[in-house]
Amino acid sequence: MAEAKYISRAKLGKWLDELSQQMLVLAPVQEGEAVVFRPYQTGTEIRLDGQPTLPPKEAVFPASEELFAYTYRKNPEDPAQTDVEIGPRAQPQKTLVFGARPCGSRGFVIFDPVYTQGYYLDPYYRARREATIFASVACITPENACFCHSVGSGPGDTAGSDILLTPVDQGYVVEAVTDKGGEMLGSSLLEAAGDKAGKARELRDKVLKDMGEPRDFTSAREKLLAIFDDLDFWEDVSAKCISCGACTYLCPTCYCFNITDESAGMQGSRIRSWDNCMSFQFTLEASGHNPRPTKAHRLRNRVGHKFSYYPELHQGKIACCGCGRCIKHCPMSVDIREIVIRAMEHQTESGEEAGA
Amino acid sequence: MDIQQFTDKNPYLPELGTIVETVQETHNIMTFRVVLDGDNRMQDFRFEPGQVGQLSVFGTGEATFVINSPPTRKEYLQFSVMRAGEVTTKLHSLSKGDRIGVRAPLGNYFPYESMQGKDILIVGGGIGMAPLRTLLLFMLDNRDDYGRIQLLYGARSPRDMAFSYELPDWLERKDLETVLTIDNEAEGWEHRVGLIPNVLLEMAPTPQNTVAVTCGPPIMIKFTLQALKKLGFEDNQIITTLEKRMKCGIGLCGRCNIGTSYVCVDGPVFSYEQLRALPNEL
Repeated sequence: MAEAKYISRAKLGKWLDELSQQMLVLAPVQEGEAVVFRPYQTGTEIRLDGQPTLPPKEAVFPASEELFAYTYRKNPEDPAQTDVEIGPRAQPQKTLVFGARPCGSRGFVIFDPVYTQGYYLDPYYRARREATIFASVACITPENACFCHSVGSGPGDTAGSDILLTPVDQGYVVEAVTDKGGEMLGSSLLEAAGDKAGKARELRDKVLKDMGEPRDFTSAREKLLAIFDDLDFWEDVSAKCISCGACTYLCPTCYCFNITDESAGMQGSRIRSWDNCMSFQFTLEASGHNPRPTKAHRLRNRVGHKFSYYPELHQGKIACCGCGRCIKHCPMSVDIREIVIRAMEHQTESGEEAGA
Repeated sequence: MDIQQFTDKNPYLPELGTIVETVQETHNIMTFRVVLDGDNRMQDFRFEPGQVGQLSVFGTGEATFVINSPPTRKEYLQFSVMRAGEVTTKLHSLSKGDRIGVRAPLGNYFPYESMQGKDILIVGGGIGMAPLRTLLLFMLDNRDDYGRIQLLYGARSPRDMAFSYELPDWLERKDLETVLTIDNEAEGWEHRVGLIPNVLLEMAPTPQNTVAVTCGPPIMIKFTLQALKKLGFEDNQIITTLEKRMKCGIGLCGRCNIGTSYVCVDGPVFSYEQLRALPNEL
């Protein structure tokens, strides 16, 4: 890391004013009961004191985005004949996501191998990803539902961030994580951090230590496959679930989507929108057949994807940031930690001890 | 997987084509013959037997269908569509001259290289004949590469039998042994009557140096697999091609996975051996 900087709380607004002259700045603001990322303008009151209700997923992966627009044209010589044209797509603007927690910024570390390193490259995702910079604030207020340290992350995790801020004294120690982040720290409002950098490091270490022993979820990878056919288990752990999908919409790593067409008259758009694997319709086939017909099947896939299939495909990395949003905001208090732990400890029919 | 394109091309953008011909196959199956736009595009378009494409009706959406014409015959790309949902219903309203979006080729293909020199048994049920037709015509166009070719094709009734205009040729050919069957007796039907797995057992093909390729409704597949096992076929001698609800077709949208395998990019063609290694979620 390059030399650490420091900015006082009093000057933070001015710095954001400067930055928002150069690019779109998205920052957490209170909106009703939720804290969500919205464009920053001079005077916007930002909330850095807790985990935002939503992760900054929309900055790179909008809840709904146009893939392309199309126009039908009737042939004036032969009205029965129509032609169709496909329009160009817009380029994203440079964006700074300011004030996410590391667990929110980390989500794209899970997206990246799928969207930019698979068989196909997703051009919409890549363009936004490259145009977006993340300045995250190290977490000093882990909550009961948090388990970032158990999934390879932590309250001071820099994966997915370009800049890390750590609250120290009456301001923030500001450290560049990437070159892209380093280029953002030229403002004269930032001063040398001096010994505050050491304080920041100590604080991050202390917060991590106070979270207690991390839980090792490694054995879930094989165990979840071993109990795949144990539908009694899945029915039991999904009994409370009402398939509302709040978990998927709040998740920094959930990347499933739907594609639909929206038309008005002779023109329209093909739209990509976040989708929800907890819905019956998600895998329903036109024939009426559904490979995941009950919530037990669907929860099995959601947990399996995050703790088994994804790690199997991507060097053991768990597709979960441990942010706990799905736990905190579930109307029925379904707890994914509990499900994975129960799976790891579940006795298989042969009596074999789980996950040992 | 080597056929797939690792380019910067936008994989969501369909290319445009024109429907040059439609064929009403059965009361609910319609075939579309599509020519892609652009000079030499059809000659340049490369695909392998068993690969699929997404057809777009702009304003309604996309759905996945196998390209059921073989790469050896490229005057047009053929798709046979059973009316079942929103997109397929809209497709059935299209006619010659209409413009359509195509994203193809997608997915893997029948392992025809490793099938060379072997006897081939094709077992198709209903619309499941579509992908098998591609393979069958491809093999007939490369006839010397394969041994004996047997085809068992079944449908509920004669009126449910797609590709009926080709059946006389398939029955007549000396280099193809064709058995047709329907579920129940029907007036004027001169072929077998009986469920596909039962007729298959009566045919009693030998597994020696043979590859069986099957596709059809899930229940037919289930009992056909049992029949093939009874006849002595090993798991790695049986090949099938799967269907799942798909949206993106490029391994991202998260619908069609069976555990770690994505039917759209790792399939749709799987050997029974590969399928048995996956979680049971068909």
